[in-house]
Amino acid sequence: MDPYNYLYLAALLFTIGAVGVVVRRNAIVVFMCIELMLNAGNLTLVTFSRINGDLNGQVVAFFTMVVAACEVVVGLAIIVAIYRSRRSASIDDASLLKR
Amino acid sequence: MGIFTSPILNYGMLAPILVVLAGAVAGVLIEAFAPRKSRSSSQLVLSVFTLVIALVALIRARGTYSNKAAMNSITFDGAGYLLQMSILIIAIIAILLLADSDKFAAAPTAAPGSDEERQAQVANIRVTEIYPLTLFAIAGMLIFTVATDLIMLFVALEVLSLPLYLMAGLARRRRLASQEAALKYFLLGAFSSAFFLFGIAYLYGYSGSITFAGIAAAITGGTANDVFLLIGISFVSVGLLFKVSAVPFHSWAPDVYQGSPTAVTAFMAAATKVAAFGAMLRIFYVAFAGDVWQWRPILTAIALITMVFGSLVAISQRDVKRMLAYSSIAHAGFLLSGVIALNKSGLDATIFYLFAYGIATVGAFAIVSLVNDASGEVTDLNRWAGLGKRSPWIAIAFSFLLLAFAGIPLTSGFVGKFSIFSAAYESGNTAILITGVLSSAIAAFFYIRVVVLMFFKDPVEDGTSVVIPSIYTRITILVSLAITLILGVFPAPVLDYISQTAFFLR
Repeated sequence: MDPYNYLYLAALLFTIGAVGVVVRRNAIVVFMCIELMLNAGNLTLVTFSRINGDLNGQVVAFFTMVVAACEVVVGLAIIVAIYRSRRSASIDDASLLKR
Repeated sequence: MGIFTSPILNYGMLAPILVVLAGAVAGVLIEAFAPRKSRSSSQLVLSVFTLVIALVALIRARGTYSNKAAMNSITFDGAGYLLQMSILIIAIIAILLLADSDKFAAAPTAAPGSDEERQAQVANIRVTEIYPLTLFAIAGMLIFTVATDLIMLFVALEVLSLPLYLMAGLARRRRLASQEAALKYFLLGAFSSAFFLFGIAYLYGYSGSITFAGIAAAITGGTANDVFLLIGISFVSVGLLFKVSAVPFHSWAPDVYQGSPTAVTAFMAAATKVAAFGAMLRIFYVAFAGDVWQWRPILTAIALITMVFGSLVAISQRDVKRMLAYSSIAHAGFLLSGVIALNKSGLDATIFYLFAYGIATVGAFAIVSLVNDASGEVTDLNRWAGLGKRSPWIAIAFSFLLLAFAGIPLTSGFVGKFSIFSAAYESGNTAILITGVLSSAIAAFFYIRVVVLMFFKDPVEDGTSVVIPSIYTRITILVSLAITLILGVFPAPVLDYISQTAFFLR
């Protein structure tokens, strides 16, 4: 099978994630869309690793997984804190900081 | 089975980074084991001590440049040395601002107004986690400026960003706004790092290598698929432009600057800018230089829009922190023109400007944190009216830093702007030069408006006053003023030093 198909798939996933970040209003869902984008990046890396016949891409993918896990920790901490004070995880409600 | 060969690390060149990381880990241990009473002071001593040791280690490593500091992942060269030095100096004076721990939430995890929070306030608990978080962020910044492979770059970006997201949410007063700032910073920051990662993947796909040298060689070779390169450059640029808050990726900056505790804003605004522009300089000068004709027009357009937009929108701001945020956006545009110049004088000018701007920014936010009323900091500009009559020294100091931002002669800002615009002129980019000078003029208008407001308007009697600064804040403000003045009056030694030292090992 042509490995380039995986690049198209990854680009599609990345786009779905990016659109999700822009249109969804729940902070958790937005965050999941960001994770989808990161995984699309991982899929691209692994595919290029296969195309180039070189292992570095897979190593980067491992590091990305670790970094994404750290991001989940920090992100959920912030979202939970804001949920406890507002009883809502909607990013539209968070609008104190405007002119 | 391949034989595992252990990496060759040059500990002398890595020492500043390792010292800061060790200090951060020791800070976590203090959080875990030290009695609550002594934590605040021991954390402050530890952090300042760590940063000073790191600075000494950095100065000792000077001159021993190599692009194999950690195999091919870290290059320690003249530019890296100067950028790390700037970050450490800015960090030392910014971390002193954290010592006024009554600015930070007593119990950051408790909901605002809850019993838990009230108990923590009654017990006079001080948040001290902020020191190790700051040190981790500083370590990430130090790595970010010297990273020369894509893994290192991505990990450093996250190490510097993640602590900052948390620190943005730690304000003691107006906690909802502070948490909102943390949420916005986090979501948009994670969004942009996803773009960054996707760009990295395409750069790897283009060149088959994860090092900057490999990417540069692939661009010079010119046999690989150019579409991959363009996707890679543009997505990586989005990630970096977000970090430096260039238009159209600036929307987080005003909210985060306004909502975060002012001490955190000072650190973040100054040090992040140095780190992000440091990485940007290295990527564009080392990895992407061969493809300059493709990216220069777009970056030029972004620089022009950023300068003009930042300067124009800052005029209509009523909040001093938001005004400084828009001013930092305008400065990002000026700094971008140094990146675009892609010549030696552009490199020198950008490094000088970053240092001068960072130092002045820390001082300006330190002064903002002093203007208080009974309920906390006063950032509404209308209530700053007549401050010069009540607290002339603070008002004079703030005016001086604003004039430095505006680029008035005898301040560091003038020297910085002059050198960066002459570098742009040298590279033949007259559009940048003209727009830069015009938007500096627009920017000067709103800086001077604040000066007029402070000195020539009658004070409003609404309880706004300047608190007596603690000894730490006083040191920060005085150092910042002194460096801004010295760089403005006798810039030649520093400029010479930078032009002798700054270079990139390829």
